[in-house]
Amino acid sequence: MNATPLSAWIEGIGFLAPGLPDWPTTRAVLRGEQAYLGAPSVLPVPSLLPAAERRRASRIIKLTLAIGLEAATHAEADVSTLATVFSASGADGHNCHAICEQLASDDRQISPTRFHNSVHNAAAGYWGIATGSMAPSQVICAFNAGFGAGIIDALGQVIVDQQTTLLIAYDSEYPEPLHSKRPVPDVGGVALVLSPTRTARSLARITVTPSTAAADVLANAELEARRNDIPALRCLPLLQKLARGESGSVTVDYLRDMQLNMDLQLC
Amino acid sequence: MTPLHLSSYTATSSLGRGLAANLEALREGRSGLVPCAFETVQLDTWIGEVAAVDGQKLPKTLARFDCRNNRLAQMTLETDGFADNVRAAILRYGKTRVGVFLGTSTSGILQTELAYRRRDPVSGALPEDFIYGTTHNSFSLAEFARDYFGLEGPAMAISTACSSSAKVFAAAARQIACGSIDAALVGGVDSLCLTTLYGFASLQLTSPTPCRPYDPARNGISIGEGGAFALLERAPARPEAGSILLLGTGESSDAYHMSSPHPEGLGARMAMEAALRSAGLNATDIDYLNLHGTATPANDAAEGKAVVALFGDRVPGSSTKGATGHTLGAAGAIEAIICALALTNDLLPGSPHTASLDPAIPIQYLLDSRSGKVRRALTNSFGFGGSNCSLVFGVAE
Repeated sequence: MNATPLSAWIEGIGFLAPGLPDWPTTRAVLRGEQAYLGAPSVLPVPSLLPAAERRRASRIIKLTLAIGLEAATHAEADVSTLATVFSASGADGHNCHAICEQLASDDRQISPTRFHNSVHNAAAGYWGIATGSMAPSQVICAFNAGFGAGIIDALGQVIVDQQTTLLIAYDSEYPEPLHSKRPVPDVGGVALVLSPTRTARSLARITVTPSTAAADVLANAELEARRNDIPALRCLPLLQKLARGESGSVTVDYLRDMQLNMDLQLC
Repeated sequence: MTPLHLSSYTATSSLGRGLAANLEALREGRSGLVPCAFETVQLDTWIGEVAAVDGQKLPKTLARFDCRNNRLAQMTLETDGFADNVRAAILRYGKTRVGVFLGTSTSGILQTELAYRRRDPVSGALPEDFIYGTTHNSFSLAEFARDYFGLEGPAMAISTACSSSAKVFAAAARQIACGSIDAALVGGVDSLCLTTLYGFASLQLTSPTPCRPYDPARNGISIGEGGAFALLERAPARPEAGSILLLGTGESSDAYHMSSPHPEGLGARMAMEAALRSAGLNATDIDYLNLHGTATPANDAAEGKAVVALFGDRVPGSSTKGATGHTLGAAGAIEAIICALALTNDLLPGSPHTASLDPAIPIQYLLDSRSGKVRRALTNSFGFGGSNCSLVFGVAE
């Protein structure tokens, strides 16, 4: 069996994390042109959503719409036809806490909106409503390995279905008491538009292979802390190479006994 | 797509543990639904509960995974010789070459629901013995299975509500097609918990009677639990007679509403069309439709429209949720295995509790189980958030 390398062309990038409101800022920080100043993540208003859904939109909905649209705009891609792969450790942590708290009380009648927002694929559902895209939408959970699992399936779709695919890997916080058990400090995520063919907008070609090497780390201690405590930000060593315009390989955290080597060839 | 071989498979539901028990119940038109007496739940509804789940003891080295969902996962894995067949496949291919793709909607959230009753009265902290990552988190199921077999290849949980464990077949097939793995452990497990029981009740989607898919008087779902697994491998050039093959997969999104299906069943139709296209088949090639058929008025009406548009009343179909209950994130995999049972036993499963046919949905709906040649079957799974997946299975002759 001849393996087809898991490979695609990166066409657009979206990014949002504590102190990093968008990809241009993140790019400047990763290039060393701007200092990293830690600050709570800032989430834009999800203006693409109809009013009813906008009112119900949680932090993860705002996050995924912000980075997904940033990447799609960067790639000049039509969001109404893009296939999507969402990957996250959890859904809306605040909503989950409220449900668990109510189910432990004498009044277990949880609200219907809370319940339908509790599904792991809530962000993908809102994305579909906002963009009108009826294309396939995947929703993955891999605890700390969300970026790796997400890119593996997104590349599978790009290659097998020959479809431009938007990967959105993201994570968010739980309030206490769950926060102590799962200490993700804030929302953060990355979005990549991945194309099966090279276009005028292609930024780089990425090829992903299994590896047992240790993951690359970031020199900046504060950024390295975010790479560790917001699982989706395990992508940062890859983004650093992209930001600096360097071709070559990085190792990105995936699972025990299986890391991912990501080879980048800039266009 | 290139057909893939389900070299081993198993299912456990409220109908029983393993293939034989489920087959016999489906043949006889039995239902596993009973009035809800789960945990401390007080709801006027019926459920499909699997017997003796909490009697399962996880291996000591995997104690951190202990929760109802993983107990049910282990119980399902250790049935029909399935776990031994997975171990044999790992010997054949190597532990880095077998991927894990499992679906669940709520994983071990029951563990968190129970922990919230034991919070520290002063600090509000959760109990020391509660572990979030290996129980509640949706990845817990996939990581448990990966560690259970000592695998070192790719793994992911897919959580798209009630289409989760149908979509795992598509994701695994893509990786096998790329050659990044040689075999995949696919399937799904969902177990009863308060979030889904009270949640579906809050949406007024649970029925006070056993659910009646496609009945004109249908008035909601009966929640069930269960697990199903399959081992996917490349098919040999001449598969042995009776081998089950995954022939096609199709996925789509409704882009309509978080908890209501597209009223015309447009997303459902797109998923079925994509699955047929992927299999290189026409609607006339399908002999049995395993419908999503949750028994909510809206689901069955929307799915029915999509089925009428594609298949008319030519293809016999049924929802088996009156038998198993709606097993949510496990439904896709359980119903894939029900298709395998239909294909290998010339069985057209009926629809327990459905008393009459809805005149507004002119499809060939099977009230009672009967014998009939099934060469190819299509199964539908649709989830909240408008996530749709259809799969086509065939049997080698």
